[in-house]
Amino acid sequence: MTGFNTFWYCFKQGLKSIKRNILFSMASIATVAACIFLFSLFYSIVMNVQHITKEAETTVGITVFFDEGLSDEQKSAIGDMIKEKPGIKELRYISAEEAWDSFKTDYFGDDSEELAEAFADDNPLATSDNYEIFLENISDQQAMVQYIESLDGVREVNYSNAVVSAMSGMNRIISILSGAIIAVLIAVAIFLISNTISVAAAFRKRENEIMKLIGATNFMIRAPFVVEGVIIGFVGALIPVAAMYFIYKRAAAYVIEHYLQYTRLFEMIPLNEIFPAIVAVAMTLGVGMGFLVSFFTIRKHLKV
Amino acid sequence: MIELKNVCKTYETGNKAIRNINLNIRDGEFVFIVGKSGSGKSTLFKLLTRELKATSGEIIVNGCDLNKIKRRNIPKYRRTLGVVFQDFRLLYDRNVFENVAFAQRVIGASGSEIKRNVPEMLKLTGLGAKYKSYPNHLSGGEQQRVAIARALINHPQVLLADEPTGNLDSYNTHEIMRLLETVNSMGTTVIVITHSKEMVSEMKKRVITMDKGLIVSDEYPEKKPVSVMPVMGNSRSRGKSRRRPENTDDRI
Ligand SMILES: Nc1ncnc2c1ncn2[C@@H]1O[C@H](COP(=O)(O)OP(=O)(O)OP(=O)(O)O)[C@@H](O)[C@H]1O
Ligand SMILES: [Mg+2]
Repeated sequence: MTGFNTFWYCFKQGLKSIKRNILFSMASIATVAACIFLFSLFYSIVMNVQHITKEAETTVGITVFFDEGLSDEQKSAIGDMIKEKPGIKELRYISAEEAWDSFKTDYFGDDSEELAEAFADDNPLATSDNYEIFLENISDQQAMVQYIESLDGVREVNYSNAVVSAMSGMNRIISILSGAIIAVLIAVAIFLISNTISVAAAFRKRENEIMKLIGATNFMIRAPFVVEGVIIGFVGALIPVAAMYFIYKRAAAYVIEHYLQYTRLFEMIPLNEIFPAIVAVAMTLGVGMGFLVSFFTIRKHLKV
Repeated sequence: MIELKNVCKTYETGNKAIRNINLNIRDGEFVFIVGKSGSGKSTLFKLLTRELKATSGEIIVNGCDLNKIKRRNIPKYRRTLGVVFQDFRLLYDRNVFENVAFAQRVIGASGSEIKRNVPEMLKLTGLGAKYKSYPNHLSGGEQQRVAIARALINHPQVLLADEPTGNLDSYNTHEIMRLLETVNSMGTTVIVITHSKEMVSEMKKRVITMDKGLIVSDEYPEKKPVSVMPVMGNSRSRGKSRRRPENTDDRI
């Protein structure tokens, strides 16, 4: 129980130290909170863009149409040649009927049956049978398209590039930008936590020396300061986590309301899927930063 | 058992505060250390608390070699001591109770142990009514008693006190001396640095006199005060230097 008594004592001392040093502690908490808020904001943006890109990668495929009058054997020969290439996730033959069915639902929606009556026996997409290809990695797309176009019997290759490459580019810019901002903020937060701990330590320099002479261990003298740092980090993380919860919820609702009726492309990661990750990231960052910074600051200060 | 062999301490300034001291103090002894200002008494005190490290020689306290002790074992060593500093060195941000309790927290005592032991010790030191006061609101004598209560709360093997009555009137001085004597009678080795001739001559204990970093005399009392201690020794040691104690009370 000795260890527990000492730990509990150190914990209470840490709380006291924050109270005694309240202005500095508040400034540190605010900076940590700002830092972690931006971090989790950028984190969720990057995660969502990645999520959307991933969705796009799986939905945006390459469509290969054949020259007219090609036999089934020739078509499957083309399929085999495509499959030889590495990096193909899926290759699917879409018959003219399937193409028409999918077209009907896409364009006529629920009324497809009635509206499509007119074309009942005359599939307007009779020559539209094709291969639908999904790649493992969207960055291989260009090379793959060139290869398929060079094959005999291929009339046309359709693919969509714009969305995916825009997404990837955007993600890179956001990552770099947020990385830079967060780096500056982390530096400021480290500086402020370190300063808070230094002030607290200077304030208690005499007390700490006396404690040492009475037989207090380094642990006992340092732990209250580390507790102080950890609490600063913890509270500093708690605030942005709470803020993110509401902001994310609002943002997701906004997106559903304004965009989702047009396209499923902008679907956000559901809150209950991304929130645990945000909490984990924010807490690790806050508590980790508080712990490490106060630990090293106090080690430097109380080297006796 | 405290043993010093050829101990020297030279400060970084080149000041030779202690030059070749040899000394033996047995368990349960009561020893005064006297000497002119600057003779090295506080330096000796700091060597014994391991606040300072001897430049050369050997200091062994209860089997612990202070020149070889590992840094991480120093706290453990200090917990076997009770120390009273000349300038009190109380924790000014907490009250009397917490000051005394702190020494208990250092050894990892539980809340209930602290609630039992501290009031007892405050009563013994006559501070029962002042437990909520802050050190700044106490008289010099009261602060000194807080320091003593803190030093005694863990029942140390050795009590080291550097001028524990330095700024006190004779009434308070007597009170504190009586307390130290009580503690000594319960088995703690007591080492007191003092300037008070009155106290030294009155209490009839072993007296070590220092001058310019050397021990110049080590005298044993002719007789002990009957009221406090049983008379166990003879009376032939007065005036002889650095004799082995033969007449000390060695109850633990
Ligand atoms: N930190 C230090 N650095 C350099 N010299 C010191 C230091 N502390 C003490 N001294 C010197 O060492 C010598 C012994 O000092 P010490 O404090 O041990 O004397 P003292 O016997 O306790 O005196 P007093 O009775 O006035 O308290 C003195 O000459 C003093 O100037
Ligand atoms: Mg002194």
